[in-house]
Amino acid sequence: MAVVFEKTKGLTDAPFHYCPGCTHGIVHRLVGEVLEELGVLGTAVGVASVGCSVFSYNYFNCDMVQAPHGRAPAVATGIKRCLPDNVVFTYQGDGDLAAIGTAETVHAATRGENITVIFINNAIYGMTGGQMAPTTLPGQITQTSPYGRDTATAGHPIRVCEMLATLDGTALAQRVSVDNVKNVMAAKKAIKKGFENQINKRGYSIIEVVSTCPTNWGLSPQESIQWLRDNMLPYYPLGVYKDVTEGGSSHE
Amino acid sequence: MSKTWNVLLAGFGGQGVLFSGKLIAYAGLLDGKEVSWLPSYGPEMRGGTCNCSLVVSDDPIGSPLVVTPDVLVAMNLPSLDKFVDSVVPGGTIIVDSSMIEKKVERDDVTVYYIEAGKLARENEIEGCDNIILVGKMFKELGFCTEESLFKAVDKCVPARKTAMIEVNKNALKIGINA
Amino acid sequence: MSEKVLMKGNEALAEAALSAGCRHFFGYPITPQTEISAYLAKRMPKVGGVFLQAESEVSAINMVLGAAATGHRAMTSSSSPGISLKSEGVSYIAGSDLPALIINVQRGGPGLGGIQPSQSDYWQATKALGHGDFQLYVLAPSTIQEMVDFVPLAFEVGEKYRVPSMILSDGMLGQMMEPVTLPDSDSATASDKPWAVTGHKNQRQRNIANSLYISTTELERLNIERFQRYDEMKKHEQRAESYLTEDADVTVVAFGASSRVVRSAVNAARAQGIKAGMIRPITLWPFPVDAIQKTIETTKEYLCVEMNMGQMVDDVRLAVEGKRRVCFYGRTGGVIPTPAEVLEQIKTLAGKEA
Repeated sequence: MAVVFEKTKGLTDAPFHYCPGCTHGIVHRLVGEVLEELGVLGTAVGVASVGCSVFSYNYFNCDMVQAPHGRAPAVATGIKRCLPDNVVFTYQGDGDLAAIGTAETVHAATRGENITVIFINNAIYGMTGGQMAPTTLPGQITQTSPYGRDTATAGHPIRVCEMLATLDGTALAQRVSVDNVKNVMAAKKAIKKGFENQINKRGYSIIEVVSTCPTNWGLSPQESIQWLRDNMLPYYPLGVYKDVTEGGSSHE
Repeated sequence: MSKTWNVLLAGFGGQGVLFSGKLIAYAGLLDGKEVSWLPSYGPEMRGGTCNCSLVVSDDPIGSPLVVTPDVLVAMNLPSLDKFVDSVVPGGTIIVDSSMIEKKVERDDVTVYYIEAGKLARENEIEGCDNIILVGKMFKELGFCTEESLFKAVDKCVPARKTAMIEVNKNALKIGINA
Repeated sequence: MSEKVLMKGNEALAEAALSAGCRHFFGYPITPQTEISAYLAKRMPKVGGVFLQAESEVSAINMVLGAAATGHRAMTSSSSPGISLKSEGVSYIAGSDLPALIINVQRGGPGLGGIQPSQSDYWQATKALGHGDFQLYVLAPSTIQEMVDFVPLAFEVGEKYRVPSMILSDGMLGQMMEPVTLPDSDSATASDKPWAVTGHKNQRQRNIANSLYISTTELERLNIERFQRYDEMKKHEQRAESYLTEDADVTVVAFGASSRVVRSAVNAARAQGIKAGMIRPITLWPFPVDAIQKTIETTKEYLCVEMNMGQMVDDVRLAVEGKRRVCFYGRTGGVIPTPAEVLEQIKTLAGKEA
């Protein structure tokens, strides 16, 4: 009988712990498929960051290091500087990347650190139970913005790709989503480009995936997808913010 | 009998206090002595007072910080004022009298006045006041062998400034003859 | 063996790191450790190594974490306030069972404190450089030669027991020059690191450098296992110098810079007919309990001398087990005690008029 679908070798057999409707699972699979397709599972080293995805070291079928909260880009830098020919990636959430790890993120990017960053933006802290994130939308209710995020006191959400696109060391800054099949395919293409950039020594690539958190948003999986389309995508427009392979300036 | 020299060199930052200290330390090292060199460091190095503790000894050196020097080389007035009373009775003070007009009022120490700045200018080796003072200190106290003192210059002058080797050796000679 | 050269402690230590095969340095500027960074910034590119000035101490130590996870010899250096910032990363390194070298060229604290020499990070280094149940292997050099010799030792012992190592120096040792013999280049002994995260090449199980264990029993088991290694270190890795202690009535305990002052004071006391001696802990952790306990029978009075308000004195008292009085003399804030001050203390304890 012909095999019509086979799970990627890029993931282990450990069952995901993620909530129903959470998009981590889809993104994990895309990363795993890309690593397998590029034939780099044997040389890949992933860096798991603090947040729901900290357990990604159980799922990606490659060597892994678990980093302190926000420090994944620094840990990845240490690994990459020792193993320049290995493929090194981080998998970070919004609190990790854009709050506690902002300095590490900005400086890894501006150094043109030759790593690939998968950034899950779901506008909330998931693992700790739904607090306001740096990317929580204005007016969005969370455990620590119970009356809705008031930009007068809590400030404005950060648009990470737009910010990092201003840095000379950034090779690719692209925002994608996995809310429908077309976008899933586009996301995979972007992730693949992010890893290819690294293999071609182009510098820092970040793929921001606008994601859902049904549990902490208090919505069903289907409602979450709709909420993402209605609220997240207008604030965080999908698109390529910088791409040195498309005529942009290379950091080298 | 074992002998320990506790030397304090003091002046402004930029006068070469640390370099002359290094020269003395290297001379001691080449003689097979125990030596230590401890600079003052931090903001005071920038234009303020700068000093350097030096110990040259036949025995292993305990504290490298010279609190009560046997020898004080004073290269400016604030340094002389600050350290003059800390010199041990019977000790030696070498004063750069082109920088310091004041005379030392103690009578239990030996004081040598030398116009190092003037001698440097006359011999067209301006900026070598510090080395002239080391030459003077060597002449009066003989803390090392002459061979090691001159060899120390070769060790201390960085490779990119080899032209300064002869200049410094000349400065030592001027100090020795002063 | 190469000839003796005159070198600053910080620079000699940096050169020793290269000889020990360290090719990855991550740091951030702070006085008085600056010369280590500056020296390695100059030398690393010449030997094909990596010098990286990080955006913060926090990043620097996490770069060390990443580099150490790959099995490479990695180090960072800082001074007291910067070490506090590194404490998070140090805890993760310890929790991930990775060897790495951290240099602390101590200055006065707390807070921004001062920039002059101090030993006030003893507690931090030996008790709690970060959260959780863990220890570092801590070496306290007292000469520039030890600043050099302890670098390969710190790497080797750290790798043997898979613990982070610290060389606890201070502004005096960092800034001073003394004659020193540098080791031959690349005299490093490499050890097997089957745990290293290098990519599995499809030939082995995945390696994971991790400090997260949600299962209480698993975390407890790992902590117990780690403390069994610490027990081995306590058994085999204690180091101390005993100086004139055999017949000493007054035994002074001092480490690092203050031990130099104490050595002068002990010599002066002996010259006056007072039987004084010194125990100099070389490993601050594991603390050289054995060397101290050997002297309890013969010692009448202990004196602990430190450049802080009294930190190691706790460990001396624990080692003496209440069998003798342990007094303390210290200067703090960057003040270096003088031999004369320590001599006064010794004389008082020896029952001689000060």
